[in-house]
Amino acid sequence: MTAPLLQVDNLHVHFPISGGGLLGAGRRTLYAVNGISFELAKGECLSIVGESGCGKSTTALSILGLQAPSEGAIRYRGLPLSGPGAPGRMQRARAVQMVFQDPYASLNPRQSVKTSLAAPLRLHGITAKSEISDRIEVMLANVGLTPEQASRYPHEFSGGQRQRIGIARALILEPEIVVLDEPVSALDVSIRAQIINLLLDLQEKLGLSYLMISHDLSVVEHMSNRVLVMFAGQVVEEGPWQQIFTSPAHPYTRRLIAAIPDPYAAMNRGERPERFTDVALPAGRDFLFEVGTAPDVFAAPAPSELIEIAVDHRVRLALT
Amino acid sequence: MRLGFNFWLGAALTALVIFAGLLAPWIAPFDPVLDADLMNSELPPDATFWFGTDAQGRDVYSRILYGAQISLTVGIVSQVINSLIGITLGMTAGYWGGWWDDLVNGLTNVMLAIPSLIFALAVMAVLGPGLPSLLIALGLTNWSWTCRIARSSTLSLKSQGYVQAAQTLGYGDLRIMFSQILPNMMGPILVMATLGMGSAVLSEAALSFLGLGIQPPFPSWGSMLTDARQLIQLAPWVAIFPGLAIFLSVLGFNLLGDGLRDSLDPHMRTRNP
Repeated sequence: MTAPLLQVDNLHVHFPISGGGLLGAGRRTLYAVNGISFELAKGECLSIVGESGCGKSTTALSILGLQAPSEGAIRYRGLPLSGPGAPGRMQRARAVQMVFQDPYASLNPRQSVKTSLAAPLRLHGITAKSEISDRIEVMLANVGLTPEQASRYPHEFSGGQRQRIGIARALILEPEIVVLDEPVSALDVSIRAQIINLLLDLQEKLGLSYLMISHDLSVVEHMSNRVLVMFAGQVVEEGPWQQIFTSPAHPYTRRLIAAIPDPYAAMNRGERPERFTDVALPAGRDFLFEVGTAPDVFAAPAPSELIEIAVDHRVRLALT
Repeated sequence: MRLGFNFWLGAALTALVIFAGLLAPWIAPFDPVLDADLMNSELPPDATFWFGTDAQGRDVYSRILYGAQISLTVGIVSQVINSLIGITLGMTAGYWGGWWDDLVNGLTNVMLAIPSLIFALAVMAVLGPGLPSLLIALGLTNWSWTCRIARSSTLSLKSQGYVQAAQTLGYGDLRIMFSQILPNMMGPILVMATLGMGSAVLSEAALSFLGLGIQPPFPSWGSMLTDARQLIQLAPWVAIFPGLAIFLSVLGFNLLGDGLRDSLDPHMRTRNP
Protein backbone atom coordinates (compact mmCIF):
# COMPACT_ATOMS: atom_id res chain seq x y z
CA MET A 1 0.00 0.00 0.00
CA THR A 2 1.39 3.38 -0.93
CA ALA A 3 1.58 6.12 1.64
CA PRO A 4 -1.31 8.60 1.56
CA LEU A 5 -0.65 12.02 0.06
CA LEU A 6 -1.10 13.76 3.37
CA GLN A 7 -1.43 12.06 6.70
CA VAL A 8 -2.07 13.84 9.99
CA ASP A 9 -1.57 11.53 12.93
CA ASN A 10 -2.69 12.42 16.46
CA LEU A 11 -1.91 16.12 16.06
CA HIS A 12 -1.86 18.18 19.24
CA VAL A 13 -1.23 21.93 19.42
CA HIS A 14 -1.13 23.52 22.85
CA PHE A 15 -0.30 27.15 23.53
CA PRO A 16 1.22 28.35 26.78
CA ILE A 17 -0.69 31.45 27.89
CA SER A 18 1.08 33.75 30.31
CA GLY A 19 -1.25 34.72 33.12
CA GLY A 20 0.30 38.16 33.52
CA GLY A 21 1.52 37.33 37.01
CA LEU A 22 5.12 37.60 38.19
CA LEU A 23 7.49 34.72 37.46
CA GLY A 24 4.95 32.89 35.37
CA ALA A 25 2.18 32.99 37.96
CA GLY A 26 -1.20 32.22 36.45
CA ARG A 27 0.39 30.50 33.45
CA ARG A 28 -2.07 28.22 31.71
CA THR A 29 -2.17 26.00 28.67
CA LEU A 30 -4.65 26.51 25.87
CA TYR A 31 -5.60 23.20 24.30
CA ALA A 32 -6.23 24.29 20.71
CA VAL A 33 -5.94 20.97 18.91
CA ASN A 34 -6.28 17.69 20.78
CA GLY A 35 -5.43 14.62 18.77
CA ILE A 36 -6.60 15.16 15.21
CA SER A 37 -5.97 12.36 12.73
CA PHE A 38 -6.95 12.23 9.08
CA GLU A 39 -5.68 11.37 5.66
CA LEU A 40 -6.04 13.31 2.44
CA ALA A 41 -6.03 11.33 -0.80
CA LYS A 42 -4.88 12.56 -4.21
CA GLY A 43 -7.59 14.55 -5.98
CA GLU A 44 -9.82 14.67 -2.92
CA CYS A 45 -11.43 17.63 -1.22
CA LEU A 46 -11.63 17.23 2.54
CA SER A 47 -13.42 19.92 4.52
CA ILE A 48 -12.86 20.75 8.14
CA VAL A 49 -15.87 22.51 9.60
CA GLY A 50 -16.57 23.89 13.04
CA GLU A 51 -17.14 27.08 14.94
CA SER A 52 -14.53 29.81 15.48
CA GLY A 53 -11.85 28.69 17.88
CA CYS A 54 -12.43 24.98 17.38
CA GLY A 55 -8.86 24.54 16.15
CA LYS A 56 -9.48 24.13 12.44
CA SER A 57 -7.22 27.01 11.42
CA THR A 58 -4.50 25.91 13.84
CA THR A 59 -4.57 22.49 12.20
CA ALA A 60 -4.12 24.13 8.80
CA LEU A 61 -1.25 26.30 10.06
CA SER A 62 0.51 23.18 11.36
CA ILE A 63 0.27 21.53 7.97
CA LEU A 64 1.67 24.67 6.34
CA GLY A 65 4.54 24.69 8.82
CA LEU A 66 3.52 28.03 10.32
CA GLN A 67 2.69 26.46 13.69
CA ALA A 68 4.81 23.75 15.28
CA PRO A 69 2.74 20.83 16.61
CA SER A 70 3.12 20.01 20.31
CA GLU A 71 2.65 16.35 19.60
CA GLY A 72 1.82 14.07 16.71
CA ALA A 73 3.07 13.80 13.17
CA ILE A 74 2.23 15.19 9.75
CA ARG A 75 3.45 13.20 6.77
CA TYR A 76 3.55 14.02 3.09
CA ARG A 77 3.84 10.89 0.94
CA GLY A 78 5.14 9.10 4.02
CA LEU A 79 7.85 11.68 4.70
CA PRO A 80 7.68 13.78 7.86
CA LEU A 81 6.40 17.33 7.35
CA SER A 82 6.82 18.31 11.00
CA GLY A 83 9.26 17.63 13.79
CA PRO A 84 12.73 16.15 13.21
CA GLY A 85 13.55 15.33 9.62
CA ALA A 86 11.03 17.87 8.35
CA PRO A 87 11.92 19.62 5.10
CA GLY A 88 12.78 23.31 4.98
CA ARG A 89 10.35 25.98 3.86
CA MET A 90 11.47 25.57 0.27
CA GLN A 91 10.57 21.87 -0.12
CA ARG A 92 7.39 22.30 1.86
CA ALA A 93 6.38 25.19 -0.38
CA ARG A 94 6.34 22.90 -3.40
CA ALA A 95 4.09 20.39 -1.60
CA VAL A 96 1.52 22.52 0.24
CA GLN A 97 0.17 25.99 -0.53
CA MET A 98 -2.66 28.08 0.81
CA VAL A 99 -5.47 30.27 -0.48
CA PHE A 100 -6.34 32.90 2.10
CA GLN A 101 -9.69 34.09 3.30
CA ASP A 102 -9.38 37.83 2.84
CA PRO A 103 -8.38 38.75 -0.71
CA TYR A 104 -7.74 42.32 0.43
CA ALA A 105 -5.12 41.38 3.04
CA SER A 106 -3.55 38.50 1.17
CA LEU A 107 -1.89 40.49 -1.60
CA ASN A 108 1.00 42.87 -0.97
CA PRO A 109 -0.37 46.30 -1.99
CA ARG A 110 3.06 47.36 -3.23
CA GLN A 111 3.70 44.46 -5.57
CA SER A 112 2.23 44.05 -9.03
CA VAL A 113 0.60 40.76 -9.91
CA LYS A 114 3.61 39.87 -12.02
CA THR A 115 6.02 40.50 -9.13
CA SER A 116 3.83 38.51 -6.73
CA LEU A 117 3.92 35.54 -9.09
CA ALA A 118 7.50 35.87 -10.37
CA ALA A 119 9.22 36.23 -6.99
CA PRO A 120 8.34 32.71 -5.75
CA LEU A 121 9.45 31.21 -9.07
CA ARG A 122 12.78 33.01 -8.88
CA LEU A 123 13.14 31.95 -5.26
CA HIS A 124 12.73 28.35 -6.33
CA GLY A 125 15.46 28.53 -8.92
CA ILE A 126 13.57 29.41 -12.09
CA THR A 127 15.59 32.31 -13.46
CA ALA A 128 14.98 32.25 -17.22
CA LYS A 129 12.84 35.29 -17.98
CA SER A 130 10.97 33.56 -20.79
CA GLU A 131 10.06 30.61 -18.57
CA ILE A 132 8.88 32.91 -15.78
CA SER A 133 6.65 34.93 -18.09
CA ASP A 134 5.35 31.78 -19.78
CA ARG A 135 4.40 30.22 -16.48
CA ILE A 136 2.76 33.42 -15.26
CA GLU A 137 0.77 33.70 -18.46
CA VAL A 138 -0.43 30.09 -18.24
CA MET A 139 -1.32 30.50 -14.58
CA LEU A 140 -3.23 33.73 -15.17
CA ALA A 141 -5.15 32.04 -17.98
CA ASN A 142 -5.89 29.14 -15.62
CA VAL A 143 -7.53 31.47 -13.13
CA GLY A 144 -9.33 33.50 -15.76
CA LEU A 145 -7.17 36.62 -15.95
CA THR A 146 -5.50 38.13 -19.00
CA PRO A 147 -1.72 38.57 -19.42
CA GLU A 148 -2.24 42.35 -19.70
CA GLN A 149 -3.51 42.41 -16.11
CA ALA A 150 -0.16 41.11 -14.83
CA SER A 151 1.40 44.56 -14.62
CA ARG A 152 -1.41 45.94 -12.44
CA TYR A 153 -1.45 46.36 -8.68
CA PRO A 154 -3.91 44.71 -6.25
CA HIS A 155 -5.96 47.88 -5.67
CA GLU A 156 -6.92 47.88 -9.33
CA PHE A 157 -8.80 44.59 -8.95
CA SER A 158 -12.16 43.60 -7.49
CA GLY A 159 -12.46 41.15 -4.60
CA GLY A 160 -13.20 38.24 -6.89
CA GLN A 161 -10.27 39.08 -9.16
CA ARG A 162 -7.99 39.40 -6.16
CA GLN A 163 -9.02 35.96 -5.01
CA ARG A 164 -8.16 34.66 -8.49
CA ILE A 165 -4.71 36.22 -8.09
CA GLY A 166 -4.40 34.59 -4.66
CA ILE A 167 -5.26 31.24 -6.22
CA ALA A 168 -2.72 31.82 -8.99
CA ARG A 169 -0.04 32.58 -6.40
CA ALA A 170 -0.89 29.42 -4.46
CA LEU A 171 -0.63 27.31 -7.61
CA ILE A 172 2.42 28.90 -9.25
CA LEU A 173 4.84 26.46 -7.57
CA GLU A 174 2.65 23.53 -8.67
CA PRO A 175 1.87 22.12 -5.22
CA GLU A 176 -0.14 18.93 -4.83
CA ILE A 177 -2.06 20.05 -1.77
CA VAL A 178 -3.85 23.37 -1.42
CA VAL A 179 -5.26 24.52 1.89
CA LEU A 180 -8.33 26.68 1.28
CA ASP A 181 -9.02 28.88 4.29
CA GLU A 182 -12.61 30.07 3.89
CA PRO A 183 -11.86 30.71 0.21
CA VAL A 184 -15.11 32.50 -0.60
CA SER A 185 -16.50 33.78 2.69
CA ALA A 186 -15.09 37.30 2.18
CA LEU A 187 -16.56 37.59 -1.31
CA ASP A 188 -19.87 38.88 -2.60
CA VAL A 189 -22.47 36.16 -2.89
CA SER A 190 -22.66 36.79 -6.62
CA ILE A 191 -18.93 36.07 -7.02
CA ARG A 192 -18.79 33.00 -4.78
CA ALA A 193 -20.13 30.53 -7.33
CA GLN A 194 -17.56 31.68 -9.90
CA ILE A 195 -14.66 31.12 -7.50
CA ILE A 196 -16.03 27.76 -6.33
CA ASN A 197 -16.38 26.59 -9.92
CA LEU A 198 -12.89 27.86 -10.69
CA LEU A 199 -11.50 25.88 -7.75
CA LEU A 200 -13.35 22.74 -8.86
CA ASP A 201 -12.12 23.15 -12.46
CA LEU A 202 -8.53 23.61 -11.32
CA GLN A 203 -8.79 20.61 -9.02
CA GLU A 204 -9.78 18.43 -11.94
CA LYS A 205 -7.36 19.96 -14.42
CA LEU A 206 -4.28 19.94 -12.20
CA GLY A 207 -5.12 16.94 -10.03
CA LEU A 208 -5.06 19.00 -6.83
CA SER A 209 -6.04 17.86 -3.37
CA TYR A 210 -7.91 20.40 -1.30
CA LEU A 211 -8.08 20.75 2.43
CA MET A 212 -10.84 23.27 2.99
CA ILE A 213 -11.38 25.11 6.23
CA SER A 214 -14.87 26.54 6.40
CA HIS A 215 -17.89 27.29 8.44
CA ASP A 216 -20.00 27.90 5.37
CA LEU A 217 -21.69 24.54 5.06
CA SER A 218 -23.35 25.28 1.74
CA VAL A 219 -19.88 25.70 0.19
CA VAL A 220 -18.68 22.56 1.96
CA GLU A 221 -21.65 20.60 0.66
CA HIS A 222 -20.88 21.75 -2.87
CA MET A 223 -17.15 21.08 -2.92
CA SER A 224 -16.08 18.35 -0.57
CA ASN A 225 -15.84 14.59 -0.82
CA ARG A 226 -15.42 14.10 2.90
CA VAL A 227 -16.20 16.27 5.89
CA LEU A 228 -14.49 16.49 9.26
CA VAL A 229 -16.50 18.19 12.00
CA MET A 230 -14.35 19.71 14.73
CA PHE A 231 -15.37 20.85 18.18
CA ALA A 232 -13.02 21.96 20.98
CA GLY A 233 -9.94 20.77 19.13
CA GLN A 234 -11.25 17.29 18.41
CA VAL A 235 -12.96 15.58 15.51
CA VAL A 236 -16.51 14.85 16.69
CA GLU A 237 -17.71 13.35 13.45
CA GLU A 238 -16.25 12.48 10.08
CA GLY A 239 -17.58 10.86 6.98
CA PRO A 240 -18.51 11.20 3.29
CA TRP A 241 -20.40 14.43 2.69
CA GLN A 242 -23.69 12.69 1.83
CA GLN A 243 -23.64 10.91 5.18
CA ILE A 244 -22.76 14.03 7.11
CA PHE A 245 -25.44 16.13 5.46
CA THR A 246 -28.27 13.60 5.39
CA SER A 247 -27.72 11.53 8.52
CA PRO A 248 -25.50 13.42 10.92
CA ALA A 249 -25.13 11.48 14.16
CA HIS A 250 -23.48 13.90 16.56
CA PRO A 251 -25.72 16.57 18.12
CA TYR A 252 -23.12 19.24 17.34
CA THR A 253 -23.10 18.30 13.65
CA ARG A 254 -26.89 18.34 13.64
CA ARG A 255 -26.92 21.84 15.08
CA LEU A 256 -24.38 23.05 12.54
CA ILE A 257 -26.36 21.69 9.63
CA ALA A 258 -29.66 22.90 11.01
CA ALA A 259 -28.14 26.39 11.09
CA ILE A 260 -27.83 26.53 7.28
CA PRO A 261 -30.38 29.14 6.19
CA ASP A 262 -33.26 27.43 4.47
CA PRO A 263 -35.40 29.73 2.32
CA TYR A 264 -38.27 27.22 2.25
CA ALA A 265 -38.37 27.02 6.03
CA ALA A 266 -38.54 30.81 6.21
CA MET A 267 -41.61 30.76 3.98
CA ASN A 268 -43.08 28.12 6.26
CA ARG A 269 -43.35 30.62 9.12
CA GLY A 270 -39.94 29.58 10.43
CA GLU A 271 -40.95 26.02 11.10
CA ARG A 272 -38.26 23.65 9.99
CA PRO A 273 -39.14 20.08 9.17
CA GLU A 274 -36.93 17.44 10.76
CA ARG A 275 -34.92 16.30 7.81
CA PHE A 276 -32.29 14.07 9.34
CA THR A 277 -32.58 10.33 9.31
CA ASP A 278 -32.06 8.75 12.70
CA VAL A 279 -28.78 7.09 13.40
CA ALA A 280 -28.51 4.14 15.72
CA LEU A 281 -25.66 4.34 18.19
CA PRO A 282 -23.93 1.22 19.45
CA ALA A 283 -25.78 -0.13 22.48
CA GLY A 284 -25.01 1.56 25.75
CA ARG A 285 -22.91 4.35 24.19
CA ASP A 286 -23.58 8.06 24.36
CA PHE A 287 -22.12 11.37 23.27
CA LEU A 288 -19.82 13.35 25.46
CA PHE A 289 -21.46 16.62 24.58
CA GLU A 290 -24.00 18.87 26.15
CA VAL A 291 -25.89 21.18 23.87
CA GLY A 292 -25.19 24.82 24.58
CA THR A 293 -22.07 24.39 26.70
CA ALA A 294 -18.89 26.21 25.78
CA PRO A 295 -15.78 24.04 25.87
CA ASP A 296 -13.14 24.72 28.52
CA VAL A 297 -10.13 25.41 26.32
CA PHE A 298 -7.78 25.47 29.31
CA ALA A 299 -8.36 21.84 30.21
CA ALA A 300 -7.45 18.73 28.28
CA PRO A 301 -10.69 17.18 26.98
CA ALA A 302 -12.17 14.19 28.74
CA PRO A 303 -11.21 10.86 27.19
CA SER A 304 -13.45 9.66 24.39
CA GLU A 305 -13.11 7.70 21.19
CA LEU A 306 -14.17 7.78 17.55
CA ILE A 307 -16.47 4.86 16.72
CA GLU A 308 -17.33 3.79 13.19
CA ILE A 309 -21.12 3.72 12.86
CA ALA A 310 -21.29 3.24 9.10
CA VAL A 311 -18.75 2.78 6.32
CA ASP A 312 -16.15 5.56 6.75
CA HIS A 313 -18.55 7.41 9.03
CA ARG A 314 -17.18 7.87 12.54
CA VAL A 315 -18.54 9.73 15.50
CA ARG A 316 -17.00 10.63 18.84
CA LEU A 317 -18.55 8.88 21.84
CA ALA A 318 -17.79 8.77 25.54
CA LEU A 319 -15.75 5.84 26.79
CA THR A 320 -17.82 3.09 28.29
CA MET B 1 -3.51 61.86 -1.94
CA ARG B 2 -4.64 65.31 -0.80
CA LEU B 3 -2.04 67.47 0.85
CA GLY B 4 -3.08 70.43 2.93
CA PHE B 5 -1.78 73.96 3.33
CA ASN B 6 0.44 72.95 6.26
CA PHE B 7 2.23 70.39 4.13
CA TRP B 8 2.99 72.89 1.40
CA LEU B 9 4.13 75.55 3.90
CA GLY B 10 6.40 72.95 5.52
CA ALA B 11 7.68 71.82 2.14
CA ALA B 12 8.40 75.43 1.15
CA LEU B 13 10.33 76.16 4.37
CA THR B 14 12.27 72.90 4.05
CA ALA B 15 13.06 73.67 0.42
CA LEU B 16 14.27 77.12 1.49
CA VAL B 17 16.70 75.56 3.99
CA ILE B 18 17.88 73.00 1.43
CA PHE B 19 18.51 75.69 -1.22
CA ALA B 20 20.25 77.93 1.30
CA GLY B 21 22.58 75.11 2.28
CA LEU B 22 23.27 73.80 -1.21
CA LEU B 23 23.71 77.19 -2.87
CA ALA B 24 25.56 78.91 0.00
CA PRO B 25 28.95 79.01 -1.79
CA TRP B 26 27.35 80.85 -4.74
CA ILE B 27 24.75 83.09 -3.17
CA ALA B 28 26.51 84.13 0.05
CA PRO B 29 27.92 87.64 -0.45
CA PHE B 30 30.82 87.08 1.97
CA ASP B 31 32.94 84.23 3.27
CA PRO B 32 31.47 83.07 6.59
CA VAL B 33 34.87 82.71 8.31
CA LEU B 34 37.55 84.63 6.46
CA ASP B 35 35.74 87.91 5.75
CA ALA B 36 36.16 89.13 9.31
CA ASP B 37 36.78 92.84 9.57
CA LEU B 38 36.82 94.45 12.98
CA MET B 39 36.15 97.83 11.33
CA ASN B 40 32.70 96.47 10.41
CA SER B 41 31.86 94.83 13.71
CA GLU B 42 28.33 94.88 15.10
CA LEU B 43 26.81 96.81 12.21
CA PRO B 44 23.01 96.77 12.09
CA PRO B 45 21.32 95.31 8.99
CA ASP B 46 21.78 97.46 5.89
CA ALA B 47 22.06 97.06 2.11
CA THR B 48 25.53 95.44 2.27
CA PHE B 49 25.10 93.31 5.36
CA TRP B 50 21.45 92.19 5.08
CA PHE B 51 21.30 90.66 8.57
CA GLY B 52 24.01 92.89 10.07
CA THR B 53 27.45 91.79 11.28
CA ASP B 54 28.71 90.06 14.41
CA ALA B 55 31.44 91.03 16.90
CA GLN B 56 34.19 90.01 14.45
CA GLY B 57 32.55 91.92 11.62
CA ARG B 58 31.44 88.79 9.76
CA ASP B 59 28.26 88.91 7.66
CA VAL B 60 25.45 87.23 9.63
CA TYR B 61 23.47 86.50 6.42
CA SER B 62 26.39 84.56 4.88
CA ARG B 63 27.01 82.68 8.12
CA ILE B 64 23.32 81.65 8.30
CA LEU B 65 23.45 80.33 4.72
CA TYR B 66 26.50 78.22 5.55
CA GLY B 67 24.96 77.23 8.88
CA ALA B 68 22.07 75.67 6.95
CA GLN B 69 24.55 73.08 5.65
CA ILE B 70 25.28 71.99 9.21
CA SER B 71 21.63 71.90 10.22
CA LEU B 72 20.67 69.89 7.14
CA THR B 73 23.56 67.46 7.52
CA VAL B 74 22.75 66.96 11.18
CA GLY B 75 19.03 66.60 10.50
CA ILE B 76 19.35 64.14 7.63
CA VAL B 77 22.32 62.04 8.79
CA SER B 78 21.09 61.68 12.37
CA GLN B 79 17.64 60.64 11.14
CA VAL B 80 19.12 58.12 8.71
CA ILE B 81 21.11 56.58 11.59
CA ASN B 82 18.05 56.71 13.87
CA SER B 83 15.83 55.08 11.26
CA LEU B 84 18.35 52.35 10.47
CA ILE B 85 18.73 51.46 14.14
CA GLY B 86 15.01 51.79 14.89
CA ILE B 87 13.85 49.81 11.85
CA THR B 88 16.41 47.03 12.33
CA LEU B 89 15.65 46.56 16.02
CA GLY B 90 11.89 47.16 15.81
CA MET B 91 11.25 45.01 12.75
CA THR B 92 13.28 42.03 13.98
CA ALA B 93 11.77 42.32 17.46
CA GLY B 94 8.23 42.41 16.09
CA TYR B 95 8.87 39.61 13.62
CA TRP B 96 10.78 37.17 15.78
CA GLY B 97 9.30 38.00 19.16
CA GLY B 98 10.50 35.98 22.15
CA TRP B 99 13.59 36.95 24.15
CA TRP B 100 14.85 39.25 21.40
CA ASP B 101 11.60 41.22 21.55
CA ASP B 102 11.89 41.46 25.34
CA LEU B 103 15.48 42.66 25.05
CA VAL B 104 14.69 45.29 22.42
CA ASN B 105 11.65 46.47 24.37
CA GLY B 106 13.73 46.82 27.51
CA LEU B 107 16.41 48.77 25.64
CA THR B 108 13.77 51.02 24.07
CA ASN B 109 12.22 51.75 27.45
CA VAL B 110 15.62 52.58 28.93
CA MET B 111 16.32 54.95 26.02
CA LEU B 112 12.93 56.61 26.44
CA ALA B 113 13.59 57.11 30.15
CA ILE B 114 16.87 58.98 29.58
CA PRO B 115 16.42 62.61 28.49
CA SER B 116 17.79 62.61 24.96
CA LEU B 117 19.85 65.77 25.35
CA ILE B 118 21.55 64.37 28.47
CA PHE B 119 22.34 61.17 26.61
CA ALA B 120 23.71 63.12 23.64
CA LEU B 121 25.82 65.20 26.06
CA ALA B 122 27.25 62.00 27.55
CA VAL B 123 28.10 60.62 24.11
CA MET B 124 29.68 63.95 23.11
CA ALA B 125 31.69 63.94 26.33
CA VAL B 126 33.14 60.57 25.34
CA LEU B 127 33.69 61.31 21.65
CA GLY B 128 34.75 64.93 21.97
CA PRO B 129 33.28 67.91 20.13
CA GLY B 130 32.97 68.22 16.36
CA LEU B 131 30.57 67.37 13.55
CA PRO B 132 31.21 63.58 13.29
CA SER B 133 30.67 62.96 16.99
CA LEU B 134 27.63 65.27 16.91
CA LEU B 135 26.12 63.12 14.14
CA ILE B 136 26.84 59.92 16.07
CA ALA B 137 25.48 61.34 19.33
CA LEU B 138 22.21 62.51 17.75
CA GLY B 139 21.96 59.37 15.64
CA LEU B 140 22.11 57.19 18.75
CA THR B 141 19.60 59.15 20.83
CA ASN B 142 16.27 59.25 19.06
CA TRP B 143 15.71 55.80 17.58
CA SER B 144 13.36 54.59 20.32
CA TRP B 145 10.13 55.99 18.84
CA THR B 146 11.04 54.74 15.37
CA CYS B 147 11.76 51.36 16.93
CA ARG B 148 8.37 51.31 18.63
CA ILE B 149 6.56 52.21 15.43
CA ALA B 150 8.53 49.67 13.39
CA ARG B 151 7.75 46.98 15.96
CA SER B 152 4.04 47.67 16.14
CA SER B 153 3.73 47.98 12.35
CA THR B 154 5.54 44.66 11.96
CA LEU B 155 3.23 43.01 14.47
CA SER B 156 0.16 44.10 12.56
CA LEU B 157 1.64 43.39 9.11
CA LYS B 158 2.83 39.94 10.22
CA SER B 159 -0.74 38.73 10.49
CA GLN B 160 -1.61 39.96 6.98
CA GLY B 161 -2.27 37.21 4.49
CA TYR B 162 0.53 38.25 2.17
CA VAL B 163 3.17 37.79 4.85
CA GLN B 164 1.82 34.33 5.68
CA ALA B 165 1.66 33.62 1.95
CA ALA B 166 5.34 34.57 1.64
CA GLN B 167 6.14 32.15 4.47
CA THR B 168 4.27 29.32 2.79
CA LEU B 169 5.97 30.13 -0.52
CA GLY B 170 9.32 29.45 1.13
CA TYR B 171 10.64 32.99 1.66
CA GLY B 172 13.28 33.38 4.37
CA ASP B 173 12.68 35.65 7.35
CA LEU B 174 14.98 38.43 6.16
CA ARG B 175 13.52 38.37 2.66
CA ILE B 176 10.02 38.63 4.12
CA MET B 177 11.03 41.56 6.29
CA PHE B 178 12.64 43.47 3.44
CA SER B 179 10.30 42.65 0.57
CA GLN B 180 6.93 42.33 2.34
CA ILE B 181 6.99 44.25 5.62
CA LEU B 182 9.41 47.16 5.18
CA PRO B 183 7.81 48.69 2.05
CA ASN B 184 4.42 48.66 3.77
CA MET B 185 5.52 50.47 6.91
CA MET B 186 7.68 53.16 5.29
CA GLY B 187 4.87 55.73 5.57
CA PRO B 188 4.88 56.16 9.36
CA ILE B 189 8.67 55.72 9.50
CA LEU B 190 9.11 58.55 6.99
CA VAL B 191 6.83 60.77 9.07
CA MET B 192 8.84 59.98 12.21
CA ALA B 193 12.09 60.77 10.43
CA THR B 194 10.79 64.11 9.14
CA LEU B 195 9.55 65.12 12.58
CA GLY B 196 12.84 63.89 14.06
CA MET B 197 14.80 66.20 11.76
CA GLY B 198 13.27 69.16 13.54
CA SER B 199 14.28 67.93 16.96
CA ALA B 200 17.75 67.01 15.68
CA VAL B 201 18.24 70.59 14.45
CA LEU B 202 17.17 71.84 17.88
CA SER B 203 19.50 69.41 19.64
CA GLU B 204 22.38 70.45 17.40
CA ALA B 205 21.69 74.06 18.26
CA ALA B 206 21.56 73.23 21.96
CA LEU B 207 24.77 71.21 21.89
CA SER B 208 26.59 73.84 19.83
CA PHE B 209 25.24 76.51 22.20
CA LEU B 210 26.84 74.54 25.03
CA GLY B 211 30.09 74.50 23.07
CA LEU B 212 30.03 70.77 22.32
CA GLY B 213 28.90 70.87 18.72
CA ILE B 214 30.34 72.75 15.82
CA GLN B 215 33.54 74.50 16.85
CA PRO B 216 34.24 78.16 16.04
CA PRO B 217 34.97 79.81 13.77
CA PHE B 218 32.87 77.64 11.48
CA PRO B 219 29.22 78.75 11.69
CA SER B 220 26.32 76.70 12.96
CA TRP B 221 23.07 78.30 14.08
CA GLY B 222 23.59 77.08 17.63
CA SER B 223 27.17 78.32 17.94
CA MET B 224 26.11 81.67 16.42
CA LEU B 225 23.60 82.00 19.25
CA THR B 226 26.35 81.31 21.76
CA ASP B 227 28.47 84.07 20.30
CA ALA B 228 25.50 86.41 20.29
CA ARG B 229 24.77 85.89 23.96
CA GLN B 230 27.00 88.71 25.18
CA LEU B 231 25.80 91.08 22.45
CA ILE B 232 22.08 90.57 22.76
CA GLN B 233 21.45 94.10 24.06
CA LEU B 234 24.03 95.87 21.87
CA ALA B 235 23.41 93.99 18.62
CA PRO B 236 20.19 91.98 18.86
CA TRP B 237 20.27 91.06 15.14
CA VAL B 238 23.24 88.75 15.82
CA ALA B 239 20.90 86.61 17.97
CA ILE B 240 17.58 87.22 16.20
CA PHE B 241 18.50 85.93 12.73
CA PRO B 242 20.07 82.58 13.72
CA GLY B 243 17.15 82.10 16.13
CA LEU B 244 14.72 82.83 13.33
CA ALA B 245 16.55 80.37 11.07
CA ILE B 246 16.26 77.62 13.70
CA PHE B 247 12.62 78.46 14.32
CA LEU B 248 11.61 78.47 10.66
CA SER B 249 13.52 75.31 9.72
CA VAL B 250 12.17 73.32 12.68
CA LEU B 251 8.68 74.64 11.93
CA GLY B 252 9.17 73.57 8.31
CA PHE B 253 10.25 70.03 9.19
CA ASN B 254 7.40 69.62 11.66
CA LEU B 255 4.73 70.93 9.28
CA LEU B 256 6.11 68.66 6.57
CA GLY B 257 5.99 65.68 8.92
CA ASP B 258 2.47 66.52 10.10
CA GLY B 259 1.29 66.99 6.54
CA LEU B 260 2.79 63.66 5.49
CA ARG B 261 1.18 61.92 8.44
CA ASP B 262 -2.23 63.38 7.72
CA SER B 263 -2.06 62.42 4.08
CA LEU B 264 -0.76 58.89 4.76
CA ASP B 265 -3.21 58.13 7.55
CA PRO B 266 -6.85 58.14 6.46
CA HIS B 267 -8.08 58.07 10.09
CA MET B 268 -6.27 61.31 10.92
CA ARG B 269 -7.75 62.94 7.87
CA THR B 270 -11.32 62.20 8.78
CA ARG B 271 -10.84 63.37 12.35
CA ASN B 272 -9.17 66.68 11.39
CA PRO B 273 -10.70 67.69 8.11
